[in-house]
Amino acid sequence: MTTAVRVAWLAAALSLTLLLCALSISIGSRSIAVLDVWGFLLRPEETAEAAVVTQLRVPRTLIAVVVGAALAVAGSLMQSLTRNPLADPGILGINAGASLAVVIAVAVTGIASIMFYMWFAFLGAAAAAVGVYLLGSGRRRTATPARLALAGVAITAALTALVQTIILTNQEAFNEFRFWTAGSLEGRGLEITGAAAPFVAAGLLLALLLAPALNALALGEQTGAALGVRVRRTRALTFLAVTLLCGAGTAAVGPIAFVGLGVPFLARAAVGPDQRWSVPLCLLLGPAMLLAADVAGRVVIAPQEVQAGIITALVGAPLFITIVRRRRIEAL
Amino acid sequence: MTAAEMPTHQARLAARRLSVGYDSRKVLDGIAVEIPNNTFSVIVGPNACGKSTLVKALARVLRIQSGEVLLDGSPLSQYTPKEVARRLGMLPQAPHVPDGILVEDLVARGRYPHQGLFRQWSQEDADAVDTALRRARVEQLRDRLLTELSGGQRQRVWIAMALAQMTPLLLLDEPTTFLDISHQVEVLNLCRRLQREGTTVVAVLHDLNLAFRYADHVIVMRSGGIVAQGPPREVISAELIEKVFDLSCRIIEDPETGTPLVIPQNPDTAAKGS
Repeated sequence: MTTAVRVAWLAAALSLTLLLCALSISIGSRSIAVLDVWGFLLRPEETAEAAVVTQLRVPRTLIAVVVGAALAVAGSLMQSLTRNPLADPGILGINAGASLAVVIAVAVTGIASIMFYMWFAFLGAAAAAVGVYLLGSGRRRTATPARLALAGVAITAALTALVQTIILTNQEAFNEFRFWTAGSLEGRGLEITGAAAPFVAAGLLLALLLAPALNALALGEQTGAALGVRVRRTRALTFLAVTLLCGAGTAAVGPIAFVGLGVPFLARAAVGPDQRWSVPLCLLLGPAMLLAADVAGRVVIAPQEVQAGIITALVGAPLFITIVRRRRIEAL
Repeated sequence: MTAAEMPTHQARLAARRLSVGYDSRKVLDGIAVEIPNNTFSVIVGPNACGKSTLVKALARVLRIQSGEVLLDGSPLSQYTPKEVARRLGMLPQAPHVPDGILVEDLVARGRYPHQGLFRQWSQEDADAVDTALRRARVEQLRDRLLTELSGGQRQRVWIAMALAQMTPLLLLDEPTTFLDISHQVEVLNLCRRLQREGTTVVAVLHDLNLAFRYADHVIVMRSGGIVAQGPPREVISAELIEKVFDLSCRIIEDPETGTPLVIPQNPDTAAKGS
């Protein structure tokens, strides 16, 4: 795998993401001529159509970019850390933790503000991450990939059951939540993107800085230590990065399935199992996948919309099955 | 000559009163060991005698309970992990193979201790990878997937990864286990060559006859302690093998090299004799 090939993949992914950003701004349930759309961006007008573009489509596109990058990179970190190609923030219980915290917060306080949930989502994501890690580590303090996956599945099941219980008993109060939990990008204003962005940026920076250490640690805990990796610190910082990325992403748009699983898988297939290349590629492909899902969701049953989270799950499930069937799942 | 009689300052790697254990069970109990410079040293002993633990403790992969490991005269604890990894390479028994990794990319990971936030991949790293591939004689495999290689080739690639660290000391934990005889010899010839090129090599081996043939210095262990150390011809005897491995045997000269060859006693003749 030469550097030129890897750079070409990054360039292709960047082009794809930019193209999808353009589509996301141009396509919607209200048909507006493409030339007009771009005109509104350059010269804001006081019309309803201009408002649709600048106040709905642009923020929606931005949040897809931020959240898509966050979830894909978080998945890549999880898969590398656990040496399990099937690990993703959803499977490892982190999304379920965030959901439960949000449900409890809304149930207890009745406040339905995204800025307010964000902190609870973080807390829930972090608690679930730590819980899964401890449960998966056992007394020997070595978290094997299989045990982590089992712990994640178990905790996800338990947390999801709790979420369902609370939702079913508070149906009126949870209309907002049920909308959130479907993973929608609709109606998320710029202020939400703004609130999530610093956490996502910090998480992405950490992910890039951790890439060489995770590469060394991917050769096994002892090999990593022999190469000079501070194993515990690297693990802790990786969990911190995942919590920042998933917490912010999930708080902003609700749990979105399969971006964290499928994108890192595609990135590895393209540039090989090297975090220094696959993290940047995830950072570009994650937004592309979420934008594509969101745009598709606006088109398939127009003028109705299907939430992006539902589209990613619908497309992701077959992808997941394909991965499991076509590849012998070796460890990372 | 026992370890206590040898002057400590000569060896680049030594351990004093070293104890290592898991929870309350001590695997190594207050041992002293020195790795003579520029030799191929081999650690032998029965299963679960602490060979692997010793290698890991010497490489600071395991936390030690008491005593100290001295690297170039200073305790390991005074170095950062990367400083240790620039002086001492260690290959564990079962390193993990990332799915889809190419030989060259795997070997490049040996450069980790030489890189930092402001010093990413450089020409020096590329040169070190080339040198390591050449020394381990795996240059022609550089574009292959690791999973496609034979066991012997894989092991040489892993050694190349450790060589890319460019360390004067190299510790190998059972590098020949699971290899057939010709691949074992291939790996041991590589160790010998590396030693001649100036690297101090330490390996844990199971095959005693190959160990005594290749080793300049042998360290014989039994239940967490060191029973003997020195050149194989001087320290190996039938009594020692019987005591350490609980195996009645004869020692004859290896017809090829004159080194000790362990011949286990035939149980049928032993039964008649008793």
